[in-house]
Amino acid sequence: MSDWYRDFANSGVGTTITKQLGLPRPAVLRRHEPGQPLLPGPAVVGSAGEGRLRDELTRLLRDAGVTVVSPATVDGGTDGDRLAAVLLDATGLTGPADLAAAHDFLAPAVKRLAPSGRVLVLADPPADAASPAQAAARQALDGLVRSLAKELRGGATANLVQVPLGAEASLAGPVRFFLSGRAAYVDGQVLTVTAADVPAGEDRERPLTGKVAVVTGAARGIGAAIAKVLSRDGAHVVAVDVPAAGEQLAQVANEIGGTAVALDITGADAGTRLAQQLIARHGGVDVVVHNAGITRDKLLVNMDAARWNSVMAVNLQAQLDITQALLDTEGALKPGARVISVSSQSGIAGNRGQTNYAASKAGIIGMVRAWAPEFARRGATINAVAPGFIVTEMTAKMPLGTREVGSRLNSLQQGGLPVDVAETIAFLAQPGSAGVNGQVVRVCGQSVLGA
Amino acid sequence: MAAPTRKAAIVGGNRIPFARSNGAYARASNQDMLTATLDGLVARFGLQGQQVGEVVAGAVLKHARDFNLTRESVLGSRLSAATPAYDVQQACGTGLEAAVLVANKIALGQIESGIAGGTDTTSDAPVAVNEDLRRVLMELNRAKTVQQRLKALAGLRPGQLAPEIPRNAEPRTGLAMGDHAAITAREWEIGREEQDELTVRSHQALAAAYDRGFFDDLVTPFLGLSRDANLRPDTSVEKLAKLKPVFGQGEGATMTAGNSTPLTDGASAVLLASDEWAAERDLPVLAHLVDAQTAAVDYVHGGEGLLMAPAYAVPVLLERNGLTLQDFDFYEVHEAFASTVLATLKAWESPAFCKEKLGLDAPLGSIDRSKLNVNGSSLAAGHPFAATGGRIVATLAKLLHEAGPGKRGLISICAAGGQGVVAILES
Ligand SMILES: NC(=O)c1ccc[n+]([C@@H]2O[C@H](COP(=O)([O-])OP(=O)(O)OC[C@H]3O[C@@H](n4cnc5c(N)ncnc54)[C@H](O)[C@@H]3O)[C@@H](O)[C@H]2O)c1
Repeated sequence: MSDWYRDFANSGVGTTITKQLGLPRPAVLRRHEPGQPLLPGPAVVGSAGEGRLRDELTRLLRDAGVTVVSPATVDGGTDGDRLAAVLLDATGLTGPADLAAAHDFLAPAVKRLAPSGRVLVLADPPADAASPAQAAARQALDGLVRSLAKELRGGATANLVQVPLGAEASLAGPVRFFLSGRAAYVDGQVLTVTAADVPAGEDRERPLTGKVAVVTGAARGIGAAIAKVLSRDGAHVVAVDVPAAGEQLAQVANEIGGTAVALDITGADAGTRLAQQLIARHGGVDVVVHNAGITRDKLLVNMDAARWNSVMAVNLQAQLDITQALLDTEGALKPGARVISVSSQSGIAGNRGQTNYAASKAGIIGMVRAWAPEFARRGATINAVAPGFIVTEMTAKMPLGTREVGSRLNSLQQGGLPVDVAETIAFLAQPGSAGVNGQVVRVCGQSVLGA
Repeated sequence: MAAPTRKAAIVGGNRIPFARSNGAYARASNQDMLTATLDGLVARFGLQGQQVGEVVAGAVLKHARDFNLTRESVLGSRLSAATPAYDVQQACGTGLEAAVLVANKIALGQIESGIAGGTDTTSDAPVAVNEDLRRVLMELNRAKTVQQRLKALAGLRPGQLAPEIPRNAEPRTGLAMGDHAAITAREWEIGREEQDELTVRSHQALAAAYDRGFFDDLVTPFLGLSRDANLRPDTSVEKLAKLKPVFGQGEGATMTAGNSTPLTDGASAVLLASDEWAAERDLPVLAHLVDAQTAAVDYVHGGEGLLMAPAYAVPVLLERNGLTLQDFDFYEVHEAFASTVLATLKAWESPAFCKEKLGLDAPLGSIDRSKLNVNGSSLAAGHPFAATGGRIVATLAKLLHEAGPGKRGLISICAAGGQGVVAILES
């Protein structure tokens, strides 16, 4: 799906026109391609207070082949050496006064940020603070990062990762994700990691090698993109969709060397059927992506029971039932399994005409958070991804005006692509994401809705 | 001494929904349909880029360009291009015969896996030039001088431009298959109502099977069709009673467009393998193909009905396997016409037929009708000639698998030219 406005705005004549009219110029985002370096340029790592992560971050960047420059050389540097990433270790904050150091470090560095650059702030969770002053300082970063994300241009993003004491080993995967092109459309987000057994030595190019992943609603749209990205990352994908979508489903499965399973996820025995097939044919499953979803929009007062019930059945109840069936069936979920549910911005912000849809998508968030402790005990994780405005066949059918406005209401001034959602899901599916559990990651370009 | 053999496993199947002639697949060729069907099978069993031992399939109505139809379909599919393939054709028995051929090679250990299939289109049927015109054109082709060419062209006549469209008729009698069946129906005194009842049961059973998801892993939608276009779940004996007979003549004619199969487009494929091949890939074994038999009757001079050959094949198969007609949990009798099924069953019940024609001391007897075509058959699904065998084999194999181990099913398919192919599957 092409973004004609973005392409126009970046064309020769388009640049002139949009500049004269003061129109936004949405950037062409840096997206992940196999074999790409983590960052296209140098990074700088700074700190506010006596942080504990700075050395670790520097080592991680150097391991990935990134040149790490000193904060001292940043100020007054020439435009020729733009920074691909700015990392701030804020784990040393003791109170609001330390925030001045954050500002001192960030201001000159951000000024030198390259297009599609990354600002990543790492801090402790406010809830773990030793004093109200420390909690205030930690929470303050939230406002700082979200505002900075709105100020950045040229496809650059700013995100915050919260690292409790003892969870340092969980950090590398998320840091690499946020810096990479995989996180192109993830902006203004806060992710909290937890301590977990993170397996060492994963294949960075194909982190899902040898894994079996099931994706529901895989015949088209975001689900097809998820199937392709998981397969690119090494997984064997079991692609599920309703029997009527079988022709497209077979094409998706054949394109990626996967397996097509025609199944209505709302069927009474869908969970057990899927579990049996996963055990018999694939020896269980490592990654479960609940992506299938439908909309049946109407204002609440005009909504009939059929619209309400069908949306609830597909979007929420089926996810609960299938996850439960997989948990209950011995051998269905392999050790270290990952469950990833596709929620929606509507479930966070609400949307006129979508009481049923938003309820189902908010319900998913409740489900994921409630299940997280049990999954953690099994060495597994469960997370949700909430896409914002994603350009698919579904949105292509929206009226031009609604679509154009909808797609620009975010800090990146453009709609996301199905691959952006897929990359975030693939990140959560990686062995290296063992310490990401019970989280809701928005893939929305920092949408103004529900922010 | 013959080498010890093993029984071929039926791993699963795939077909596209069957379309009525000149319907959803009006512009699809045999090769398009067979390729899509193979690709659906590949997707279901994760066979992308894999080499299977052999792909055997065919079509009854073939274009000259379809001379290597199956191999061309394999090359267009996601199977490895190193997969050999060949065509077979035994009229409506093509699909089942293909499965038997694959199963036999597996049984002998010549291949470890194979795909059997069939495809037919009556919408994209080959239209041949008029035979006279063809002779003129061939003569023209052979002509070497201008003079010879002019002479050849002088043989052209306007009437030669009328194309020859293939008809569903027997070359030796000129009668349509339905007219042949009507003769048999009259001989066996098959009533209109029992034919209509069988038809209604077929539609209802097929619709119910779709509704319970039975075909979820047997069918892959194609060109916008996700169920068989011929299926009429709401048909009734009353509705069918209103139809005028189309085969047979006069008062006693009973065969209508309702209780006869319509011209249909479609394709099917079945994956067969040795148990070891299936186990190595964690693929299921739904059933095994135990044994098969063909028979042919002289419908031209011998006074036997065109579609009665299965009545002769089944007793031979039963005898060889030490079974009686009642030793089955399911019967799949291809519904070319409702009257064909009923005449066949009646023949097996007839002491006279069984003694005089089959040379048996006692009749084979009747079958429990509740075990007959339990998920519907050709009257409801339609009958793209070469694709019917694959549809039946996959359907029966899954039925047997659902019923549990040790269940047995009988397949009986009649074919043009007075032939029949029958087989036994066992879970
Ligand atoms: N497109 C967006 O902007 C957007 C935004 C937020 C969230 N989402 C969510 O992302 C997910 C995918 O959306 P999309 O835009 O790709 O939609 P889509 O309609 O293109 O694809 C959804 C797929 O789910 C399948 N499906 C529906 N019901 C099913 C069932 N009962 N069993 C099995 N499969 C079923 C459909 O057949 C279809 O192939 C949905 O959960 C949607 O709510 C999309």
